[in-house]
Amino acid sequence: MAIIKVRNLVKNFGDLQVLRGINLDVEEGEKLVIIGPSGSGKSTLLRCLNILEEPTGGSIEFAGVNITDPQADLPKIREEIGMVFQSFNLFPHKNVTENIVLAPLIVKKSDRPAAQDIALSLLKKVGLSDKAENYPAELSGGQQQRVAIARALAMQPRVMLFDEPTSALDPEMVGEVLEVMGDLAREGMTMVVVTHEMKFAQEIGDRVIFMDEGLIIEEGTPQQLFTEPVNKRTRSFLTRVMQ
Amino acid sequence: MDLIIQSLPFLLDGVLQTLKVTLIAVALGCILGLCGGMGRLSKNRFAHALATCYVDFVRGTPLLVQLFIVYFGLPPLIQQFKVFLEASFALGPFSSTSHIPPFIAAVVACSINSGAYVSEIFRAGIQSIEKGQSEAALSLGMTQSQAMRHIILPQAFRRVVPPLGNEFIAMLKDTSLLSCIGYAELTRQGQLIIGSTFRSFEIWFSVALLYLIMTLGISRLVDFTERRLGINGHHQS
Repeated sequence: MAIIKVRNLVKNFGDLQVLRGINLDVEEGEKLVIIGPSGSGKSTLLRCLNILEEPTGGSIEFAGVNITDPQADLPKIREEIGMVFQSFNLFPHKNVTENIVLAPLIVKKSDRPAAQDIALSLLKKVGLSDKAENYPAELSGGQQQRVAIARALAMQPRVMLFDEPTSALDPEMVGEVLEVMGDLAREGMTMVVVTHEMKFAQEIGDRVIFMDEGLIIEEGTPQQLFTEPVNKRTRSFLTRVMQ
Repeated sequence: MDLIIQSLPFLLDGVLQTLKVTLIAVALGCILGLCGGMGRLSKNRFAHALATCYVDFVRGTPLLVQLFIVYFGLPPLIQQFKVFLEASFALGPFSSTSHIPPFIAAVVACSINSGAYVSEIFRAGIQSIEKGQSEAALSLGMTQSQAMRHIILPQAFRRVVPPLGNEFIAMLKDTSLLSCIGYAELTRQGQLIIGSTFRSFEIWFSVALLYLIMTLGISRLVDFTERRLGINGHHQS
């Protein structure tokens, strides 16, 4: 069953139409990768999925609930949708552990020892057990992004959204983040990933969507999309990025 | 020299009053300023308009005039209100004087004045926090107010320490205007002493020196606080 259903989604920024009617289903457990040139609306689409951007038109259903309804309980819905940002957005005034336990403590009202246990096991999972007491400014970009992933996972979300998680990283740090994401994929997490990492899309993606100018131009398995793209624009984009 | 030593107790008394009014005014100003700053950023139109009017009015008019409004302008208004209450609702009788003590007038005027400047400091501080911070907080399921309380404000407070320090110093110097309503702060004490000794230069110079000591002291305190907040890796890269 589809956990996310997007119907005819439109998003305008002033006069600029960024999304021009998107239809999309994400199945439970699916790893969906969204690719496309910059300005194609892929990040905006992702940010609409947890209503960080308010859609202009159309509807989005998450787990059977219409989240575009103005009455929707957004904080409750966002608890179940983790998000990882291009610029990490760790809380600089809190150390690594506090970054991870903060939301469980104040949103879920978890008790501190339990939240801390979860934080430690998540840090172990992303390979940063030794950084529990450090502040974000003391970590490399790759380490910060791994903490950000752990922070999102601490809320035990049903879906994880990744908004170009490796685009702000130095090349040598991309691998460690993709590795963590790969582990997460193999555990069966439902993932929607906007990325420029074509190799990752091929290896991890169940389905790849190519977007351009606010529309889904083409979709298919990584095999189909990368080896025999049908649309002309898809082909020219892929030749440009794959070289 | 004898003159200065003789006058010193009076001047120090003035210093104490100056510090007292400044501290209370800035403390109340911070509370007002937090409300004002949040109001300026509020999506609620009424709150926004109210905060904007407040800030514009106070920043666009001289403190001395504000002080006169509170000290000389309010008592007749209160008097009229009392008469109105007595006549219309048979309340009272109230005490016949509506005089506001200089200390109360000083604190009210200075707090309101300081609050407007602090509003802008807080508004700028909150706006200087990257949008990604509140987005990250919201994406984790926090409400707007939880994000404000746990993520935005703690970071904004650190950033507003230097401008708050400036406001503190500005307020301290501005309290010299309180001499105009006869409040016995440092400047007023100086005037009084000169009134009986006619030694303008020595006394005004001493007064200036005492202000300088206070303002330097505050800026050292601000520097110290800044450094305290800067270490422990709290600061942003």
